[in-house]
Amino acid sequence: MNAPLLSLIVLVPIAGAALLGLLRQAQPGTVRSLSLGLSLSTLAFGLFALRHFDPAVVGPQFVERHRWMGALNVHYFLGLDGMSLLLVLLTGIVSPLALIASWRIPQNPRLFAALFLGLQGAALGVFLALDFVHWFLFWELSLVPAFFLIKLWGGPGAGRAAYQFFVYTMGGSAFLLVGFAALFVATGTLDFLQLAQLARDGTLAAKLGPVGSPAATFVFLGVLLGLAVKVPLWPFHTWLPSAYAEAPTPVSMFLTGVMSKMGVYGFLRLLWPIFPAQLHAIATPLLWLALAGVVLGAYAALRQTDLKRMIAYSSLNHLSYCLLALFAVASASGPKPSADAAVSALSGALLQVFNHGLSAAALFYAVGLLEDRSGGRRGIADFGGVRTAAPIFAGLTGIALFSSLGLPGLNGFVGEFLIFRGVFGLAPWAAAVACFGLLATAIFLLTFWQRVFHGPQAGATLAGFPDIRGIEYAVFVPLVALMIILGLLPQLLAGLVNPLVSAWAGQLVLP
Amino acid sequence: MSLSASQLWLIPALPLLAAAIGALTPRGGRKLAAGAAILALAGAFLLSCGALVGALADPAQHLVHNFSWFDLGAGTVRLGFLLDPLTALMCVMVTFVGLLIFIFSTGYMQEDANFTRFFCFLSLFAAAMLGLLVANSLLLLFICWELVGVASYLLIGFWFHKPEAAAAAKKAFITTRIGDLGLLLGMLWLYDATGSLLFYDAGQGVLENAALATLAGQVTVGGLAVSTAIGLLIFCGAVGKSGQFPLHVWLPDAMEGPTPVSALIHAATMVAAGVFLIARVYPLMAADQALVAVPVHALSVVAFIGAITALLGAVIAVAQNDLKRILAFSTVSQLGYMMLALGVGSWVAAIFHLLTHAFFKALLFLGAGSVIHAAHHEQDIRQLGGLRGPMKITFITFAIGTMALAGVPFLFSGFWSKEAILHAAHGWSVSHLPFYLALVAVVLTAFYMTRLVMQAFFGRPRSHAAEHAHENRVAMTGPLVLLAICAVLLGFLGTPYWPWLQRTLDPTFKAEAGGAGLMVLSIVLVAFGLGIGWAIYGRHVRATATAPDPLAVRAPGLWAALGDRLGFDAFYAATVFKLNAGAAAFADALDRHVVDGAIRLLVRLGEFAGVVHRETDEDLLNGGFDAASRGLRAGGNSYSKVQTGDAHGYLRAVALGFVALVLLVMLGGGR
Amino acid sequence: MTYSPLHLCLLFSSALFCIGLIGALARSNTILVLLGVELMLNAANLNFIAFWRYGPPTAPGTGVIFVIFAIAVAAAEAAVGLALVIAVYRHHRSIRLQDANQLKG
Repeated sequence: MNAPLLSLIVLVPIAGAALLGLLRQAQPGTVRSLSLGLSLSTLAFGLFALRHFDPAVVGPQFVERHRWMGALNVHYFLGLDGMSLLLVLLTGIVSPLALIASWRIPQNPRLFAALFLGLQGAALGVFLALDFVHWFLFWELSLVPAFFLIKLWGGPGAGRAAYQFFVYTMGGSAFLLVGFAALFVATGTLDFLQLAQLARDGTLAAKLGPVGSPAATFVFLGVLLGLAVKVPLWPFHTWLPSAYAEAPTPVSMFLTGVMSKMGVYGFLRLLWPIFPAQLHAIATPLLWLALAGVVLGAYAALRQTDLKRMIAYSSLNHLSYCLLALFAVASASGPKPSADAAVSALSGALLQVFNHGLSAAALFYAVGLLEDRSGGRRGIADFGGVRTAAPIFAGLTGIALFSSLGLPGLNGFVGEFLIFRGVFGLAPWAAAVACFGLLATAIFLLTFWQRVFHGPQAGATLAGFPDIRGIEYAVFVPLVALMIILGLLPQLLAGLVNPLVSAWAGQLVLP
Repeated sequence: MSLSASQLWLIPALPLLAAAIGALTPRGGRKLAAGAAILALAGAFLLSCGALVGALADPAQHLVHNFSWFDLGAGTVRLGFLLDPLTALMCVMVTFVGLLIFIFSTGYMQEDANFTRFFCFLSLFAAAMLGLLVANSLLLLFICWELVGVASYLLIGFWFHKPEAAAAAKKAFITTRIGDLGLLLGMLWLYDATGSLLFYDAGQGVLENAALATLAGQVTVGGLAVSTAIGLLIFCGAVGKSGQFPLHVWLPDAMEGPTPVSALIHAATMVAAGVFLIARVYPLMAADQALVAVPVHALSVVAFIGAITALLGAVIAVAQNDLKRILAFSTVSQLGYMMLALGVGSWVAAIFHLLTHAFFKALLFLGAGSVIHAAHHEQDIRQLGGLRGPMKITFITFAIGTMALAGVPFLFSGFWSKEAILHAAHGWSVSHLPFYLALVAVVLTAFYMTRLVMQAFFGRPRSHAAEHAHENRVAMTGPLVLLAICAVLLGFLGTPYWPWLQRTLDPTFKAEAGGAGLMVLSIVLVAFGLGIGWAIYGRHVRATATAPDPLAVRAPGLWAALGDRLGFDAFYAATVFKLNAGAAAFADALDRHVVDGAIRLLVRLGEFAGVVHRETDEDLLNGGFDAASRGLRAGGNSYSKVQTGDAHGYLRAVALGFVALVLLVMLGGGR
Repeated sequence: MTYSPLHLCLLFSSALFCIGLIGALARSNTILVLLGVELMLNAANLNFIAFWRYGPPTAPGTGVIFVIFAIAVAAAEAAVGLALVIAVYRHHRSIRLQDANQLKG
């Protein structure tokens, strides 16, 4: 491949953002088509990469590696492996749909589209960069458009939520930066793959210090903190409900669909390969934290009356499953059978990452439609009997809801099943505790369904509730179709990541 | 023609196709939706018959067709289809009963505006149920199990604008989900212990000897064998789905759905899925029977739970007044019988009873549906009465169903299947308690069914609706007749004198002799129950709807408690729901106050650091610098005062300086 | 007590210096202050000549050169001083030294 495919993937949306920024006199129609086209470019490039992608190769493909800052041994290094491809495709699917969802927003659509494209480009940069400097650049860069998008177009509490989101994440990232600076001082490289290699052959432990030493611990905790805030890992999650709830619908879709995955990606790309021993050492407390996210997240969702906050907590719950899987793998010790469970857990985590992105985006869109139709209300008590008034909308939302619940036959099941299979094999008690999360999820999702869609018409529904129409189909139908297709044919995803995951499990250093 | 294992997928595929057609059909396309559903199920029925032929060719064989679903690690996750007599018989039953119920529904749901949606969901249910039956993989079974649950949810809540229906649907799903979590854990454990979820896989399957020996040999928590633990977890799923104690509370509420739904799902098929599951994984459940040192055997738990449920359901049914709820509790009780049969070691008796029960319970429910439809949705038996005149076909078929359920001897299928169960319970070596409980339940079953029939069909009409009831159309009475015929004939497949069914299911089955005494005992008990029922309710059928029940007069406290379903719902509300709500409140408060509070504290600390910084800058550093500058200026100011402008003064200074210099030179050391 | 010629000369020049100093300090007439300053200068010159004539032998002309320079400087200084007095008188109409005190801090 001669064309710099990955650079194009990252830079086209960013360039598009700049372009939109310059076109001051553009008509709304032009803005819409231009921004949608630029956003779809990711999907187009992603599908192209998919065609030429070889799943059997474990290392990065479509590599672009150029010397950047020679004195600091920093390279411009982009690479695509199964996990990144999955995330690029997810971004490519969720972003255009979120943009279409934003067409209802009347204020300053040009600026919105520009910021959104910038956000998309930054996220793609995070998923493709393999050297710390520009990885971190994109990591931090994604915060800026997100901040403005939340603050300027969000709900009544948007200002505070945006500040909290920005400062909290940046605070965590500061520790991440310090950690990597220390790594650089110790090893002289910031390349993720090289650092992983150094960790594997013990050089990193020699240079940084053994597992219990203060230096190694501080570096590890710094990197952990930076990533933990992003996913988020309980208890670093309190920024999430307000940010997701106050953000406008398209931004919520993107935040839950893509940005939260940046944190999980960080765990799998940075933390685990570079610090496997430290992660193993504190795996049990981390398992408890992930379980807290699963169980407390689901139970807190049960208690919410604001529908967006409810879905936000549900996101916390689902992402904690991914972390649960990783920590269970990290806690593995013992004979070889663990490898099967490890493969299952990791495969499940990646599938869950993709599938949750779809179902959560769809649910946020549904709540966004509810909010739209009712003139800004989104409390659970503000609706009733929506299914009578809008049966097709109810049907599509129902599919998204059951996908989120993990109903077999839809995409959410496979990831969850594999995660549970893996976690049970590595830490059975954790799987048993996580079942409470499954139960609470079923309860709150069905309560949401019952209070809003079932029952007699009430609340905002009484004033008239038109069914789904026109462009709204364009957002819902692809998501729902993918949910059904991936539920029946998970091989489409599993085929991409299985060799990668098997390799990871094979490299599992079992003490 | 016979079906092979690799073609089994067609059986669930046809209704699934019909469901897809139904989903896309607009509101007006009634004929299309109903026609597709009925044709699909008829096709599935024919295919099931073909499968039965194929299975009967060699009843001892388990013919499988396994395939890969998706890659995982070095191997793949595999699913599969299984063809054996159990599967084939169940498929034939489900498709046949389903077909009749579908036809019944075309009449029953005539006036409903959402006709097409109803048939879409019914077809979805049928597809999922059939998928469950043909599965050779616990994973595929679980998938279809959950889909059946969803279809049930959609159908119970079919009239979703009614809050009670919406609530009942949610309750059903959540209660079964609690059981399903146990099933999930059992499945995960099984996968972890054996590396496979296929039942039969050329010696590698989990129900085959190699795996069973491994599982029975390992010991886990509390001294239980691993196979026992896994079996009990899988049984949790069955407890939920089949409405066993203590997860039986959803089944009576599920009667909020349309009556065909109650007939199909909550009488004949879905609730039987739990029994089927245990029968399917019977080798696993029975793997620990040979072990002596274990604290409990899996099947013992099954037996006791079944016996308790059988009695519980029968006792509560005595005091119910809603036609469908009596039948619902009756179903709970009968499912208890089936579990009891499984537990005491005779899974073939359980399946026999499952098959006969499917027919006569579906018959009873459809009969109830016929009554309800005719009486304009009046379901309270106190408000009915005298229906035996105007609704002859319904009455006769209902009576046949009643006699089958009660176990009237020889002619009716229920008698033979119940006999088989009692026989097996009597012969159980562990304990006779389940047997006695089952005997009490026999009496109660006859009793409450007599009560129902007497109050609904005999006497004089006690309400406006009952007065104007008239027989329904052929679409509704036809299936009733067919089911009644089956309720009679089916029993003859499993009599001890010709145990065709038992031998087909389990080729090693040996009919035991010496059951005559037991048969006499059960006949006596049935007669006793019918007699008391007739004596209390039949001799003087209640005159008005509001007159108190004769038993209520004699034992008001007990009657009220039974009418209130022994307070299970209230108990669960006070404990489980409260616990749940408490957990939710705790989680939310933890987030809002503790975790968020910690963050706010950090923010305050950050702000404080900012204030300190600012003060240091402004007051300490800036101020200090300013003060130093001022001092310098003041110093300069005062120093400039030396310049007095007075020349004489300067001269004086010069002179004094000169003198000082001289003194210094003279006294200070000279040179 | 025998005083050598050097002693006498030095005593004499010291007395001259003191008279000149007192004059410079005590008189308010600027010209007389300049006179006092001249006296002090000449006292110093006398010192140098005394040491040249009666002091230890040195290179010829050492003291005399210095005196000649000093006389020239004194003359210049007197000229400049008197010019300053005339300039100040033009402005202040007074030659009292105390009156010219404006250059102060």
